[in-house]
Amino acid sequence: MTASGWLQIGLLLVLLTGITPLLGGYIHRVFGGERVLLTHALGPAERRLSALLAGREPAGQDWKGYAGSVLMFSAVCWLALFLILRTQSIQPFNPQGFRSGPWDLSFNTASSLVSNTGWQFYAGDTTLSNFAQMAGIAVNGFLSAAVGVATGIAVARGFANRSGKELGNFWVDLTRALLYVLLPLAIVGSVFLVSEGAIQTLAGNVHLSTLAGGSQTLALGPVASQKAIMLLGSAGAGFYAVNSTIPFEDPSGVANFVQVLMILAIPAALTATYGRMVGNRRQGWALYAVMLAMFLGAAAVAYPAESRPSPAMRAAGAHGLNMEGKEQRLQASDSTLMAVAATAVGNGSTNAALDSFTGLGGSIPMANMMTGEVIFGSVGSGLFGMLLMVLLAVFVAGLMVGRTPEYLGKRIEAREIKLVTIGAIAVPLIVLFMTAWAISTRYGMRSIFNAGPQGFSETLYTYTSQANNNGSAFAGYVGFSQPHAPGNVGAAGVTFADLAGGAAMLVGRFLPMLAALAVAGSLSGKRTIAAGEGTMRTDTAVFAVLLLATISIVALLTFVPALMLGPLVQALTPRLF
Amino acid sequence: MLRQLRSSLQAVIVLTLLLGLAYPLVITGLAQVLWPHQANGSRVEQDGRLVGSLLIGQDFRDQERYFQSRPSASVYDAVATAASNLGPNSRRLSLEIRQRLGAFLRREGPYNPGLTDAAVPADAVTASGSGVDPDISMANAAIQAHRVAAVRGLPLAAVMRLVAEHTDRLAGGLFGPGSVNVLALNLALDAARAP
Repeated sequence: MTASGWLQIGLLLVLLTGITPLLGGYIHRVFGGERVLLTHALGPAERRLSALLAGREPAGQDWKGYAGSVLMFSAVCWLALFLILRTQSIQPFNPQGFRSGPWDLSFNTASSLVSNTGWQFYAGDTTLSNFAQMAGIAVNGFLSAAVGVATGIAVARGFANRSGKELGNFWVDLTRALLYVLLPLAIVGSVFLVSEGAIQTLAGNVHLSTLAGGSQTLALGPVASQKAIMLLGSAGAGFYAVNSTIPFEDPSGVANFVQVLMILAIPAALTATYGRMVGNRRQGWALYAVMLAMFLGAAAVAYPAESRPSPAMRAAGAHGLNMEGKEQRLQASDSTLMAVAATAVGNGSTNAALDSFTGLGGSIPMANMMTGEVIFGSVGSGLFGMLLMVLLAVFVAGLMVGRTPEYLGKRIEAREIKLVTIGAIAVPLIVLFMTAWAISTRYGMRSIFNAGPQGFSETLYTYTSQANNNGSAFAGYVGFSQPHAPGNVGAAGVTFADLAGGAAMLVGRFLPMLAALAVAGSLSGKRTIAAGEGTMRTDTAVFAVLLLATISIVALLTFVPALMLGPLVQALTPRLF
Repeated sequence: MLRQLRSSLQAVIVLTLLLGLAYPLVITGLAQVLWPHQANGSRVEQDGRLVGSLLIGQDFRDQERYFQSRPSASVYDAVATAASNLGPNSRRLSLEIRQRLGAFLRREGPYNPGLTDAAVPADAVTASGSGVDPDISMANAAIQAHRVAAVRGLPLAAVMRLVAEHTDRLAGGLFGPGSVNVLALNLALDAARAP
């Protein structure tokens, strides 16, 4: 641990807190249809695209209509990506001549990108052509993020609506999210990353003879343009198998700091957008405060844990930071900061091998995901996930004082609570069921790389990450391994992990999303009651603490036994396995 | 239903053209015009011959004249990049670190009398995340400088000056403690000998 490491975390929080109301206000104006700085340049394109997709007079959709559009669009995205992956060999921009992907791996990859997860059983640098990366992977980095933002906004509209059942028009929202929010930020971000050293070229691999006379091959490609949207849009898939650890993706400490900020920016800003939408900015700040507190807590545990030698290093007589799997330019500070940010947000970009984190340090990314990805969370889905937890907290408080729970003046009744429960319990159930299934069958056991409790941790991490649409990994866990030779033939795979993981990602994405839209539909236009003496305010520090406690208790009760079996037992023992 | 399907198909086609082709091609064009050196992989040459990328570490094992890169789980393969992914309590990892520690002491010990386990920096005995970490720590470089100076017959002060010149300390150390780029340093060493 160093003072500069803590200073960097402090600087990040100051910048993030400054950006949140600015970007959040901008997003609010964009989705309100107000004029913004870019309207002059993008207005015509927006109107044409909107008219093409939604018609000249876009009609408002109720929650069922909105959800129908989301599902249909995502299904078409999935099919398009699956086809691109399966027909790679006949596509352009394939300088290495890579073969098409196998069906089980392609199922996992398509599910990963369309669900905004970014889970990588595939190795992009050794199996995907530049065309598949650009038109397949990166496009879905944009589209799944835009679906997330649009849905988050639609759910917020439902909470805010005083009358009517309409949550907006999905196609209009999708267009606005892409043109006004994601694309401009991605352009600025990718150009910045190139200036720091990230690569951006359509050329093929370069073979060279090294200084010491050995041979080396540099795998090149359109990295920066893909990296930028993967950071901003929470998908987090890397161009390379090792994601941000390789300097071609994350070239310097400065670039890394900006990458962490890009990961957090939109999910944080959406809290401010929400506050403006419900007409009380303090409601947004209350959510932001809870998220920030949990983020800080996670960083405060993980950073010191990684600044010590691991038991394996100690037993070998080595000293210093736990540098196994970490890069010298990033150290423990930058590595843990990105690990915490990318798991608090459902992003999953990593700049270090999380599998080699210490027991305690490795439990933090898991714990972050186990909150249901509501500590900022993925773009849009973090917001509606948090709103479901808010309703749960309000409900619990109502039970404690014996009053009908209400939020924003609307009564929270049985229908809403049932839906909230479905949304909140579905993903933990998938995680625990899949982990148990994988660990108890020989199909699941084939994926495990490390011996001892770490093998269980890998399994738990895999399904936690996929079901929560995060995408980071204890990457020893194998879904599909491919030889390093050109053309990915003769691959030996673990079909079980590909299929189970792919299913977990899809259900983990769309079931909570449907529940949240249904809650929003139910709350939309509900009669509001004026706040009285006995009304519990939800924009105060007291409520923030209650919300934080609710999230923590739900997550802890569900997952502590599983965490004990894996990472925590390793945190408690110097034994080697 | 049919209306939604048609919109979805149209959206995927139009947006793939816009975001999957136009966007990356425009960014590629911008990058190639504004920062061609970075965009093409920060390549470096020696005597007009391409010898590598400043961002991708190289294998200098068994080359006593050169500073050594960090250990690599992928044998410095820049295509099949990989970390070891061995867990914190892994016996196999512990054995590997023990071996690396022994090798480091055998290689540097003769030039650094009194070098002990405790003085060996962590980056010298652990495999990097990418397998191609281009940097080593300043402490690691300071130890290796003794060997390089002795093998090349250069004064230690001259080698240490080159190390300092190739140390990256951004924003006074806010974004990391400072790292030494091994390939750049080794190229500078070769250049220092030439004239």
